[in-house]
Amino acid sequence: MYPPLPNPSVSPVAAKLSDKNLMRRSASTIPQGEPVQQVAKLIDTSKCIGCKACQTACLEWNNLKEEVGFNTGSLTNPHDLTTASWTLMRFTEWVNPETDNLEWLIRKDGCMHCADPGCLKACPAPGAIVQYTNGIVDFVKENCIGCGYCVKGCPFNIPRISKAEGKAYKCTLCSDRVAVGQGPACAKACPTQAIVFGPKEDMKKHAEARIKDLKSRGYKNAGLYDPPGVGGTHVMYVLHHADKPEIYAGLPNNPTISPLVEVWKGAVKYAGLAVMGAAAAIGVVHHLVNGPNRVSREEEEAAKRLAEGETK
Amino acid sequence: MSGAGPSTSGSVHRGDPVLVDRYTVGARMNHWVTATSLVLLALSGLSLFHPSLFFLSSLFGGGSWTRVIHPWIGLVLFVGFLGLFLRFWKLNLWNRDDRKWLLSPRAILTGHEETLPEIGTYNAGQKLVFWQMSLLIIVLIVSGIAMWDEYFGSYFSITQKRVAVLVHAVAAIGAICVWIVHIYAAIWVRGTISAMTRGQVTGGWAWRHHRKWLRNLVTKH
Repeated sequence: MYPPLPNPSVSPVAAKLSDKNLMRRSASTIPQGEPVQQVAKLIDTSKCIGCKACQTACLEWNNLKEEVGFNTGSLTNPHDLTTASWTLMRFTEWVNPETDNLEWLIRKDGCMHCADPGCLKACPAPGAIVQYTNGIVDFVKENCIGCGYCVKGCPFNIPRISKAEGKAYKCTLCSDRVAVGQGPACAKACPTQAIVFGPKEDMKKHAEARIKDLKSRGYKNAGLYDPPGVGGTHVMYVLHHADKPEIYAGLPNNPTISPLVEVWKGAVKYAGLAVMGAAAAIGVVHHLVNGPNRVSREEEEAAKRLAEGETK
Repeated sequence: MSGAGPSTSGSVHRGDPVLVDRYTVGARMNHWVTATSLVLLALSGLSLFHPSLFFLSSLFGGGSWTRVIHPWIGLVLFVGFLGLFLRFWKLNLWNRDDRKWLLSPRAILTGHEETLPEIGTYNAGQKLVFWQMSLLIIVLIVSGIAMWDEYFGSYFSITQKRVAVLVHAVAAIGAICVWIVHIYAAIWVRGTISAMTRGQVTGGWAWRHHRKWLRNLVTKH
């Protein structure tokens, strides 16, 4: 068992995360920030009982109000992530073809805090998305322009745009709590320790022990979900069937930033400016070399003769 | 020189120099609405295209306002350009002389038009600008709607939107390049801009660049 998160200190604590600790800042070039220990949240799907305490804790801590929804025959509620529900328990009923057993797969969905965040790559607004050196990817509301490019950049379909506010929202990994040495609200609330939080290396070690235990219980494909296609993530899963993550309500098997986004925010961005600049430069050079294309006096005279019917 | 004051015969006005009507008031207003919206679209679009140009968004009241206003200006451009298209598409149909004209790039670029075939209302270069713009604007409005999340977000998948943002960016770069050619040609070929400001060009301009068009206007009356 990983030690539970300690209760907060009652004396004031100076924030340990600030702009000094930024690794990346959207649409900006910044110097490498001061390093902070890499953190991660580990979600053990095999220990999750689907109580939704994490969802409630998230709403409570972040002062979010979800609308009263409706039932469509699934325990997943609301039916998708929203601007208020930054985390969501997704329930899947899956029949294991090997055992013919019904397995109830519950996955807590939310931002994965990619080491190579597609949202940040796509974002056009300077400083609207930041990545701290501890791995947390955070949206900065004041700088967000609500364009929705982050939605296109994200390989996990996480950000949601508020129509009312025109701003993007997603899990912050409780960066405000982490900044003062606390863990995320969801991890604090989880009654079974299916969600644990700590240094990323510790989380991997803890996951290893969990996987060993699962394998000894017959889950031969148990494993850690820390997808290398996005440089690893700071939210990781222990899955009983790590060979097929897609059965967990469509968790992507090998997520990467879409090549369309890579081209758009890579080659096109630079080549586009170059091509437009070159077009303008060619014009200037052409004018310098050839001079203006002027009408001569003779041509005006010729037109006059034509107009007066002297020539046809 | 006849010494008589300017007299009018149809769209060719005698005088010194001869003045020829090229664009009606309606066509000019149509053009300038389209032109203004294209410039505003380029500025607002570029501000979201490259971080180094984000400062342009302050012209529109900041990033959020730029994001809000850009697609609406796009609609104005689309309607404006549709008007231009309906006015001018027939005059821009390709003919045999256009091919011949295009095959002498050296004469075109050095301004030796005397060696080129006589040109009607538009030369092949102008026609290419017209058709390229037409095509690019269709691509831009379709891809633009696919990425206008505020109203159409639920009609397109994320993959479709990814294609849309890429296509929109590439098409916009193309349109800006075509626009640069259009502006440069208007500056380089002196005497052109008055066609769109006062609606008239000099007879010499028409004789030099669009002689077939001038001949047709004269023989019409």
